[in-house]
Amino acid sequence: MTDDEYINSEILDEHFRTPRNFGKISDRDVEIIETNPTCGDTIVLHMKFDGEILVDIKYVTRGCSISTAAASILSENLMGKTMDEIRRMSKDEVLANIGLKLGPARERCALISYDAVQKGIKSHLKSR
Amino acid sequence: MNFDEVREHFPIFKKLDKEGIIYLDNASTTQKPYEVINAVVDFYENHCSNVHRGVYRLGEEATEMFNHSRENIGNFIGAKDREIVFVRNTTEALNLLAYSLGSKLQEGDEIILSNSEHHSNIVPWQMLSERKKVKLRFLNSRHDEPISPEEVSNLISRKTKIVSLTECSNILGNINDMKPISKIAHDAGAIMIVDGAQSVPHMPVNAKDMNCDFLAFSGHKMMGPSGIGCLYGKEEALEELPPFMGGGEMIRTVTKAGFTCEDIPIKFEAGTPNIEGAIGFSAAVDFLRDLGMENVRNHEKDLIAYTLKMEENSGIKDLISYGTRNIENRAGIYAFNIGEIPKFDKENISSENLSVKVHAIHPHDLSSLADRTYGVELRSGHHCAMPMTEDLGVSATTRASYYVYNTREDVEKLFEALSASIKRFGF
Repeated sequence: MTDDEYINSEILDEHFRTPRNFGKISDRDVEIIETNPTCGDTIVLHMKFDGEILVDIKYVTRGCSISTAAASILSENLMGKTMDEIRRMSKDEVLANIGLKLGPARERCALISYDAVQKGIKSHLKSR
Repeated sequence: MNFDEVREHFPIFKKLDKEGIIYLDNASTTQKPYEVINAVVDFYENHCSNVHRGVYRLGEEATEMFNHSRENIGNFIGAKDREIVFVRNTTEALNLLAYSLGSKLQEGDEIILSNSEHHSNIVPWQMLSERKKVKLRFLNSRHDEPISPEEVSNLISRKTKIVSLTECSNILGNINDMKPISKIAHDAGAIMIVDGAQSVPHMPVNAKDMNCDFLAFSGHKMMGPSGIGCLYGKEEALEELPPFMGGGEMIRTVTKAGFTCEDIPIKFEAGTPNIEGAIGFSAAVDFLRDLGMENVRNHEKDLIAYTLKMEENSGIKDLISYGTRNIENRAGIYAFNIGEIPKFDKENISSENLSVKVHAIHPHDLSSLADRTYGVELRSGHHCAMPMTEDLGVSATTRASYYVYNTREDVEKLFEALSASIKRFGF
């Protein structure tokens, strides 16, 4: 991350202050609780599928600006995708969508929602 | 050596000063002076050989240097060389104790810990508790006072076999007086273990005077290399302790039927040790002795007193800090928050975006901003002390921690960085 990218990122700031898809899904198929070991931040992620397609995704987090904004951006990008498409999505793609070059510690903040999504799909496939 | 000259001994400050970076994460690890770097390089360039076995000259030189390091580090805490076991770090020392002392415990035995312990003084005991069904009892101390001997008295009983506490909390900076606590433990027939990771580098510590049975500390937190630490144990306590890891060095004889152990402390040092680490660690101890541990303590006392004064005068809205405000019991550790983001309650998930609602800056954001705006390097997160973070009722904290090379100007920069970060965050 270059010096001013982080503090001047309007997109990130906007997603942090008004995150999309924030909340819970009552008739969810999956709930995953994921914790970032560097700071103890937690995200609770809910997903609902119609067959192979992700039809709803919501989350509640108490994280930093990067983890909250990353979850918001990810949720927008995943809605309507198939499980297979989501599984094939790489960490690099997720980071590219955030648009910032992050150091290794902050990368974990940005990827906590992605890790929760991947675990959620695995758990949903197992339970079907 | 006086404190104005200290920085000149550290090559890294040439780079950091040029880049305008102020390093304030010394509770995590410390910078290395030329004296330590040169001692390690000298070993590689002039004396590199294994220890204890070779009868050739290089082997003898290396063994002498290694043995001298043990004696020197022992002297530093008032111990004999036989009482110093080299380990990787405090964590390994405490794991050694949980394994070896733990092998003698029975179901129902109790171990006393506190809520301000580092994970390294919690998790090894939790692992033991799973293996042996021993019970862990936690002293739940307030954040703004050191652990009192009375709190230990209230929890201790004939079932208590081990009391294992930190002499200085790595998150609060509270300094606990271990001497009376050792007495309480011994009167109840328990073994006293002291985590000295944050005390031995920063203040005069004498294991004999404190009268603990074991004391653990790390080299890298006192200007020595990483990967070398010490477990002090009273001679008789070490002799009674079963070995930890098996292998080369730690044996006297091996047959197909079994083995016999080397004498202490080698009994606990299986495999080729970190020889250059021990030599570098010994050079760090020389450096600290030259500064004088009373002077080190007074220097840090001045920095933390100045920090608390700056905090009071800063006018920063919602600045909350933790730890005792009595300087006599406070190390150079300053954990704080700008507004408190409540801890996550998994049982009762609120759908609100509380991080924004409570008007707080998450410690990760704060330390990124302090670094980017003012080059002030702070630690953020739970600092490997999740139980205390939870008891503070927050999800994380930001921490500044000082050492011999930090100055009052660094403290001023810290508060400038905080003000600038808050402004950039839009509060």
